[in-house]
Amino acid sequence: MNWVAIGSISDIPRRGARCVATPEGKIAVFRTLDDQVYAIDDHCPHRGGPLSQGIVHGAAVTCPLHNWVISLETGKALGADEGAVRTIPVRVEGERLFIALEALASRAA
Amino acid sequence: MSERLVIIGNGMAPGRMLEHLLEQAPGRYTVTIFNAEPRVNYDRIMLSPVLSGEKAYEEIIIHGDGWYIANNITLYKGHKIVAIDRAAKTVTSDHGVTEPYDKLVIATGSVPFIIPVPGHDLPGVLTYRDLDDVQAMMLAAQSRAKAVVIGGGLLGLEAAAGLNAQGMDVTVLHVMPTLMERQLDPAAGYLLQRAVEQRGIKVITKANTQAITGNGKVGQVELADGTIIPATLVVMAVGIRPNSALAKQAGIAVNRGIVVDAGMRSNDPDIYALGECAEVNGQVYGLVAPLYEMARVTASQLAGDAAAAFVHMDTPTKLKVTGIELFSLGDFAEGEDRQEIVLRDAAAGVYKRLVLKDDRIIGTVLYGETADGAWFNDLKKKQTDISEMRDTLIFGQSYQGGAPLDPMAAVAALPDDAEICGCNGVCKGKITGAITAKGLTSLDDVRAHTKASASCGSCTGLVEKLMVLTLGDTYNPAAVQPMCSCTTLGHDEVRRLIKAKSLKTIPAVMQELEWTTSCGCAKCRPALNYYLVCDWPDDYADDYQSRFINERVHANIQKDGTYSVVPRMWGGVTNAAELRAIADVVDKFEIPMVKVTGGQRIDMLGIRKEDLPAVWADLGQAGFVSGHAYAKGLRTVKTCVGSDWCRFGTQDSTGFGVRIEKFMWGSWTPAKVKMAVSGCPRNCAEATCKDVGVICVDSGYEIHFAGAAGLDIKGTEVLGLVRTEDEALEHIVALTQMYREQGRYLERIYKWAKRIGIPEIKRQIMDDGDKRKAYYDRFVFSQKFAQVDPWSERVSGKDKHEFRPMASVGFAQAAE
Repeated sequence: MNWVAIGSISDIPRRGARCVATPEGKIAVFRTLDDQVYAIDDHCPHRGGPLSQGIVHGAAVTCPLHNWVISLETGKALGADEGAVRTIPVRVEGERLFIALEALASRAA
Repeated sequence: MSERLVIIGNGMAPGRMLEHLLEQAPGRYTVTIFNAEPRVNYDRIMLSPVLSGEKAYEEIIIHGDGWYIANNITLYKGHKIVAIDRAAKTVTSDHGVTEPYDKLVIATGSVPFIIPVPGHDLPGVLTYRDLDDVQAMMLAAQSRAKAVVIGGGLLGLEAAAGLNAQGMDVTVLHVMPTLMERQLDPAAGYLLQRAVEQRGIKVITKANTQAITGNGKVGQVELADGTIIPATLVVMAVGIRPNSALAKQAGIAVNRGIVVDAGMRSNDPDIYALGECAEVNGQVYGLVAPLYEMARVTASQLAGDAAAAFVHMDTPTKLKVTGIELFSLGDFAEGEDRQEIVLRDAAAGVYKRLVLKDDRIIGTVLYGETADGAWFNDLKKKQTDISEMRDTLIFGQSYQGGAPLDPMAAVAALPDDAEICGCNGVCKGKITGAITAKGLTSLDDVRAHTKASASCGSCTGLVEKLMVLTLGDTYNPAAVQPMCSCTTLGHDEVRRLIKAKSLKTIPAVMQELEWTTSCGCAKCRPALNYYLVCDWPDDYADDYQSRFINERVHANIQKDGTYSVVPRMWGGVTNAAELRAIADVVDKFEIPMVKVTGGQRIDMLGIRKEDLPAVWADLGQAGFVSGHAYAKGLRTVKTCVGSDWCRFGTQDSTGFGVRIEKFMWGSWTPAKVKMAVSGCPRNCAEATCKDVGVICVDSGYEIHFAGAAGLDIKGTEVLGLVRTEDEALEHIVALTQMYREQGRYLERIYKWAKRIGIPEIKRQIMDDGDKRKAYYDRFVFSQKFAQVDPWSERVSGKDKHEFRPMASVGFAQAAE
């Protein structure tokens, strides 16, 4: 597991998201109202909408394109929709945020 | 020829009696009503929600004017009967109308009891009885000054809560040691007092009012112990007494009330009495359920059923103060032959007490959690032996017989004769029977056919559960469609409560209105944010994270995650410098698509999010501001070239369109608002399918609204014709503000107008100059905080985190 520092928790607004650019595409990093941090691919399983641009509520985000609701914990679509997006492990150490990038680490090396 | 029935009084009891009578003996009587109040029959139980601002008068009307016309009933409004001539069989009103009768029904209700202390007749001393009292209190509350409510019973506490909700500093004086002592035991009275005090209402018990003093009007209240409480408003709510003076004067037997037999007949066989003025078997009544029972009996008697008889019943009491759950029934005094079961949960603020005699419930007090009230009432009514379930009885119905039931199963388990609606005495079987037999599908239907939940409304949840049980999934509670799954409240209730309770943040709304989720969802958060922006333009801090992405980054997201940008072109007018600036931006940022929009401006599509601030910076240099093409707000004002160029133009439609747009840009609305101004009836700007449109004519400006040309196609309605451009602007702005204040989030003008009614909108905007001016002023005030160009704000660095990735990782160069 390759833990990569991506910044500080205060870089992300509560009930909001920021993106991390990677060669494989963007990763959306979310911060909930109660300061839980989650990372998932910034790509809705429905039509590829940028999930980082959605409204964050509880531990879920609503895609801005067609209102699919994606669980930040599991990456799975909630409600009647079916589909899932990749989740990326996040570690919070004090203020600092790290994400685990196994596949990317091998490619960069 | 039909017999002549005259009714004195037009409250809820005679109203209900007429409904029964029209059903049982249609056409038998020619009915004439004299109402001392200048209005139709309305739901007095709901006066407290009107006072607190949670409901409007229009919402509590039971019989509108149309009902009297449809049923051929003559209603004299504002006519007080001053004499009954029993020999000639006539009644005479204070306006000199004399009406003969064959049968007379006296329903004069009650009068509030006034404590005869010195100063009780000073201006500023009110009672709490009818709509006039409520309106006087609401007027007095505008001063936000101090009020004293004398009386800590049901009415007094509801009045205090209402005045408190209206912003007054309220003190309740109660002569007994605990509140509502007739309905509550001391423990529940204490909990109630604490809840009332937590709302900021002061409570003084054992308070003996000695005098009300002041200089020509109320200034203070003095108690026997010397305490002096400053107040500009005093509400006396210490009780009522039957209003039987008229009957007494006519020589009809009167004791506390008008004495009637079980058939509601007085000692004059042609004269009946019902409601609060009547005394049956030595008892007078003030709660609605027995009064409605009297109505049923009187109607049957008038229809010829001599056997119909009134039987005494205990009625549960409920307090109609939002957020305080309270239920009381029967007798709960202590006694040697009685046992009690008590449950207290201090953390949850719950107190329940059952009083038993011979293994049967004779009294119930529930505080904080009242869902089992109907079940306890049923056990009491049927005198059920509870010894088998004694240990778990207090936990309610769901704990009986094994595993806890869900609320739906608890309703399903109720017997058919269990009372659901206490106000109207409607049992479960009657409701489910009516749903099946009459094919009822909406709550309003059920209310209309069974009266269940049609009075105080506290059983609405139970009735809806019965509908779900009976209809299954086909039941769609359309009557009040909740905003979203986070709440049971509809948009209108939420908007009303935001105002009534002065809720000024999203967390406050969610807390006070008991949201079921911790931070809402993508449906309710943008709606709440709009309502708060609209209602508190100066106080509310816009919640950025509750806006849809387009309104957060002030551009329109496209299917590939890029954005489109539309600068404002006032009235669709542009020039070479602007077009050149747009061309330069398109080249510089390699914008793949440029398109002219239907709203007469230019759309640049396919812009990467990271480039947005730089694009706006360049556009801003050329004088452009955001076109709000993404906003639930004012979009475009489309114009034709008007009298400046066109040989048919009658007015300067272009100039007026620009003026409207410059006046109204930046305003947030429930849904997008598109406007147009056409210079003549040829209508080249297509104003007659817009949210608001203007057709210029020689004699002035014809204002149109409520058109649609999207999901629905609909021509506009005409609001009216005004002479000058200034007037046209004022009317359009006022109309928009009315829509801003009443519209549900995402509800376009044409849908709002259909819901409110075109005549009502015309009345408020065209006919009522004061209303129009007030709407106009509120819009202008709110614009002070709204007309800020979001693009230049972001060029200056606002929300810059939004437009930059947090980090770049995994790239070869970044890994160094």
